[in-house]
Amino acid sequence: MNDAEQHNETGQGEWCATITLSGRFAHEHVTLFDDLTFTIAQGQWTCLLGPSGVGKTTLLRLIADLPTGGQFSGTITTSNACSLEGRIAYMAQSDLLAPWLSVRDNVLIGARLRDQTLDTQRANHLIEQVGLTEHVTKRPSELSGGMRQRVALARTLMEDRPIALLDEPFSALDARTRAEMQELTFELLRGHTVLLVTHDPGEAVRLGHTITVMTEAGLQEFIPPSAPPVRAHDNADAMQAQVELMNVLRSPEASCVA
Amino acid sequence: MRRLIDGCAAFAIAVAIWQGIVWFTGVPAFILPGPARVAQSLADNAGLILDHAGITILEVMVGLVIGALLGGATALHLVISPRARRVFLPVMVFSQAVPVFALAPILTLWLGYGIWSKIVMTILIIYFPVASTFFDGLNRTDRGLLDLGRTMNATPLQLLLQIRLPAALPSFASGLRLAAVYAPIGAVIGEWVGSSNGLGYLMLLANGRAKTDLMFASLFVLAFFTVLLYGAISIVAARVTAWATGESVPRE
Repeated sequence: MNDAEQHNETGQGEWCATITLSGRFAHEHVTLFDDLTFTIAQGQWTCLLGPSGVGKTTLLRLIADLPTGGQFSGTITTSNACSLEGRIAYMAQSDLLAPWLSVRDNVLIGARLRDQTLDTQRANHLIEQVGLTEHVTKRPSELSGGMRQRVALARTLMEDRPIALLDEPFSALDARTRAEMQELTFELLRGHTVLLVTHDPGEAVRLGHTITVMTEAGLQEFIPPSAPPVRAHDNADAMQAQVELMNVLRSPEASCVA
Repeated sequence: MRRLIDGCAAFAIAVAIWQGIVWFTGVPAFILPGPARVAQSLADNAGLILDHAGITILEVMVGLVIGALLGGATALHLVISPRARRVFLPVMVFSQAVPVFALAPILTLWLGYGIWSKIVMTILIIYFPVASTFFDGLNRTDRGLLDLGRTMNATPLQLLLQIRLPAALPSFASGLRLAAVYAPIGAVIGEWVGSSNGLGYLMLLANGRAKTDLMFASLFVLAFFTVLLYGAISIVAARVTAWATGESVPRE
């Protein structure tokens, strides 16, 4: 059983909620999106798919309350009206490991940054879950890209937060490592509310309970295959959906500027 | 080991060229003494040179420690306080337009002929390189790491201590390496302007008496000490910031 389920069963407050962002965003008088409403469903994987530069990462950063360099006018609300502060864990394309810290210390960095006592036992347990027990004292430079991203996953889980915002965390990995990482991340983040930003239709089809396509024209819902994620690569429905998703991305309405 | 051999080879080549120039030009010894003559002078005056070197080394070490602490503290202060950045940073940059060497006579006037005018000269010379490299390093923290700290609700102090400071250590180390090379220059300039001790004084004295071999011997000792100091700081810095040198190649 993972942390999310534990929390749900023991009923420690509101663990997750549906998040809705609506409004417009401009960067130095250039409007990136206007009159947009985006929803991340509670306890599910929402994949936000789109080409580079369309504003996917900006959406994620707005929800994470990270600097965006532009002006957002609108609201970010949760279905149970609780604040998002302190409820979000963040994973980026780069592993964001501190190169001077060991694997274990990187997993523990959140507690250290908040001046809290370190739960080394839990860190060791999470490192075991991502299969890095024998590398626990190594520095990031001694690990492969896939292993480093697994450390980042353990660090994300260590934060024990209901919402995970993932900004293309798998895109720098080779195909096989990426597939393994997708499965591991999906398994370990089960029960969390997850937003995955990606530009890979295959990844969205594999992991999304909900798939939202973001183009210059705005947001568009895409109905994912009926099988539950993680969907197999050779699943006929998934393959078909991937082709259709590619067509949506390349369709003329999508590429014309709104 | 390999580096040591290469270093010795480079030294041997330099000595050979030097000897070659002496032979081919037939220049008199009081203009340019040959390597053998300088070595002889070094051996004959070992006690004298070492006495004076001791003073210079003391000035350099004290100046280096105080200058590095002051420079480091300044960089930290500039990073923590936006107000200090606005007020102090322009002053600091402007102060670098003043040729520090030109201050040496004033320092002697204010602080006398003893070691303190030389120590202050050393501090002035190394302060800016240390402060500015460390400040740059503190400002160049990976934005992604800062984002991560933000989502983790880091306290500003812990963000500085746990992320920005360690990430800036390699920059601090390169500032210190620069300082190791500049510090002896500061001490020697101080000694030139007014003193009765130190290698700078000895060089000036030897030069005035046409004992060019003694001057070269003193110069050689000074250079040797500078190289040792640089080497020692490099080794310590490499140990402390081994993670930044990419010593362990990432395995794919």
